[in-house]
Amino acid sequence: MSAITLHVNGRAHTIDVDPTTPLLYVLSDDLSLRGPKFGCGLGQCGSCTAIVRGRAVRTCVTPVGTVGDAEIVTLEGLGTPERPHPIQRAFIDEQAAQCGFCLSGVILTAKALLDQNPRASDAELQQATSSVLCRCFTHARMWKAIKRYAAEKA
Amino acid sequence: MKRRDFLKASGALVVSFSAASIAERIGLAQGQFGTRASHIDPSQVDSWIAIAADGSVTVFTGKAELGQGMLTAQAQLVAEELAVPLERVKMTMCDTEVCPDQGTTSGSQSTPTNFNEGNLALAAATAREALVKLASVRLGTPVDQLAAADGAISVRIDRSRRVTYGELVAGRKLSVQLDRTAKRKAERDWTVMGKPVKRLDMTAMATGTFEFVHNVHVPGMLHGAVVRPPAVGATLEQVDESSVRGVPGVVKVVVRKNFVGVVAEKPWQAMQAAAKLKATWTAAPPLPPQRDYYDYLRKQPSRDAFVVNSGDVDETLAKAATVIKATYLHPYQMHGSIASSCAVADVQNGKATVWSATQSAYPTRNGVATLLGLQPDAVRVVFTRGAGCYGLNGADTVSFDAALLSQAVGKPVRVQLSRKDEMAWENYGYAYVVDQRAGVDANGTIVGWDYEAWFPTRGGRPGYDRPGNVITGVLAGFEPQPFRPAQAAEPTGEFRNGSNAAPSYVSGRVARRAGGAGTIASERVLTHTVASPFFTGPLRSPSRLQNTFAHECFLDEIAARVKVDPVAYRLRHLSDARLKAVVSAAAKGAAWEARPSPRPNASRDGVATGRGISCVLYEGDNGYVAMVAEIAIDQTTGRIMPKRFVVAQDCGPITNPDGMRNQLEGGALQGLSRALGEEVTWDDRAITSVDWRTYHSLPFGIETPAIESVLVDTPDVEASGAGETAITIVAAAIGNAIFDATGVRIREVPFTPERVKRALASRGTA
Repeated sequence: MSAITLHVNGRAHTIDVDPTTPLLYVLSDDLSLRGPKFGCGLGQCGSCTAIVRGRAVRTCVTPVGTVGDAEIVTLEGLGTPERPHPIQRAFIDEQAAQCGFCLSGVILTAKALLDQNPRASDAELQQATSSVLCRCFTHARMWKAIKRYAAEKA
Repeated sequence: MKRRDFLKASGALVVSFSAASIAERIGLAQGQFGTRASHIDPSQVDSWIAIAADGSVTVFTGKAELGQGMLTAQAQLVAEELAVPLERVKMTMCDTEVCPDQGTTSGSQSTPTNFNEGNLALAAATAREALVKLASVRLGTPVDQLAAADGAISVRIDRSRRVTYGELVAGRKLSVQLDRTAKRKAERDWTVMGKPVKRLDMTAMATGTFEFVHNVHVPGMLHGAVVRPPAVGATLEQVDESSVRGVPGVVKVVVRKNFVGVVAEKPWQAMQAAAKLKATWTAAPPLPPQRDYYDYLRKQPSRDAFVVNSGDVDETLAKAATVIKATYLHPYQMHGSIASSCAVADVQNGKATVWSATQSAYPTRNGVATLLGLQPDAVRVVFTRGAGCYGLNGADTVSFDAALLSQAVGKPVRVQLSRKDEMAWENYGYAYVVDQRAGVDANGTIVGWDYEAWFPTRGGRPGYDRPGNVITGVLAGFEPQPFRPAQAAEPTGEFRNGSNAAPSYVSGRVARRAGGAGTIASERVLTHTVASPFFTGPLRSPSRLQNTFAHECFLDEIAARVKVDPVAYRLRHLSDARLKAVVSAAAKGAAWEARPSPRPNASRDGVATGRGISCVLYEGDNGYVAMVAEIAIDQTTGRIMPKRFVVAQDCGPITNPDGMRNQLEGGALQGLSRALGEEVTWDDRAITSVDWRTYHSLPFGIETPAIESVLVDTPDVEASGAGETAITIVAAAIGNAIFDATGVRIREVPFTPERVKRALASRGTA
């Protein structure tokens, strides 16, 4: 165990934890965050996604000890129910979810890419989300929401 | 908290249960929903709806939100029938302390159950009428001169004379029974129903603030992980507890018969300990080889049933101008929830509370009670949402896991399955072998249809009595539903086609009454249920999807043989007007070009394109749907590229058109994933499709086909289900489109590139 300080959604948290613990467990258990979720524990589905140093990271396979003092943003760190982030607003407007469990993977993976490359092509977006799953297959609406956000951003 | 306290705390109507109502409740016990007697009397309005002094309305329902939109749809229903603003309605779903027992949320039955003749809809309508009567006394005005709207009742000719629901009920009891004569709102008068209301949970989900069962934290909660056997049928010989001695945070190793688990302080510690724990297991007999599995199924002892049998099929086929035969194969597939299932249980002092994403709150309460040796009323199941489950994921089994581990340590325990434990032991959708035969007369009309199928089952939904229907129950020493071979009896009563074993094109004649959707009078539908080595259970459109794949492709084969357009050929053999209407609507929506398949002059290399149609009357009586699929197929790689789906659906009055479109779009793409890639695999010992590399779901990053929905509105019919209609017909529509594009008929799902390439190669080099 060792004391680790994490910077999550604009706040610093110091926790005593085995540094090999995947970041996801710390976010969801120690910090009680609801955005990142355990889907597979293997980095194959995207449910655990958070944005770390501007990149979409699968927190279920990222040891907490490797994160350092990077800023970590989870789905609840983007906006609030009262003031959703524009990409969250787009998902709400398009009613782009069924069970909603996959949203960290879909929203944060798309956002990280569009933040780096606001004019990302469909192929680039598809490539970025090729290891994200939505098992309710709400793809059609989610793509509309992502396109809407991309159009607003561009 | 007891229900009574809950209602008091929420400032709501307090329900009084009289001795008479208890007696009556016991009388009702086995009637509704096939459920047991519970402490919540479904014949009382107050069991469903509580109105607080501030006018807010709390709804207690036994139908759960699973991602399908039932939270919002049920809130719309109550807002409409009770005449209150939607935002004043708060939903409480499937908490056994306060909600009526409505069994399981499944089978596209929530809409028929709660929106048609009874239950929640009737409770709301009855409550509105009871409130109007109270207002009549309060305002000194006859009932027929009052109007209810926006949570208040006013005098029609003088709207300033009004009283709110909150004022009417404050401090009073509304002990009224559900009244079958309570007047429901007519569809033309709807103001909340029938509207594309935004999902009430959408903002919380999109902003990461929604509480899933995975987010439940109970003070003092520990974390558990399970250790499943290494092989199907292996039993525990020994557990070496010293193997996890020294692993940080380990609290206890728990063994009960073949159930093994570890409890630790932190989730990661529990996972580590479960991975390190040394357990030895007996060798189990080898599994039947997957390679020959469909043939194996035919040779097993079976439980047989006729859906329909006109008795003359062999004779009809012997006389037919042409007899066409084909065999269709469908693999086991998974629910494959994106979440590994999770539950939290707190078992202390002879009582248990389980936070569970189960579709079956009350049955799970009984199952937990059985496992723990408690009475059912000592157990409370609080439904807390999980990920989409599509029928029966690990939610029930992990609830049992958490309960066993919590009981062993006397503290609350959260269990989250690993991906492998979720996938290797879930209750798969059935594999199917379907033999089809049809006879055609000289005019090209089908005169006889003969269906015979084999499918394996083991376990299923645990229900109230069978914890052994899922893996944890079996490991803890309970048996699954026993399998007993039996001969088929002749069908009696009425035609029932709940599994769509009978094609839409037969007349469905049982006891002189034709209950089917079609015209073919010489008909035989015989099913053989056999024992499965793996657990099985209802997977979105259970049996109906597999059967419909076989029927709708076979109908297409026959149409091609007699060189008739597939849409026209369907219409020729259907009698049901609503099913015909959706077939026509889908064809019209897709600008269907009437001609036989395959497409003339198609190229044998490069990219070919084609279109296919399929349709079904879901469960024989629960929703009409037809789909046209347009695809491109790369004949070099064998890759299928769906371009456009046009789906026409008639499910009666629609509560939320946008919610229904969402279900329809999701169902179409989930059906696509199942048609193109999904297949459970195994070796001689165990399941080998245990993660997303070995079980092939379509990812998010694909080029999605355009999905166009045509909602067909039939006036004056009852609402039917919409969650499973579209998915049922996708594999057939794609299979038919592949044939249209290439002239090759692929009779086995999934249509993987390898399988498609092999099939194309079989065309030869002509």
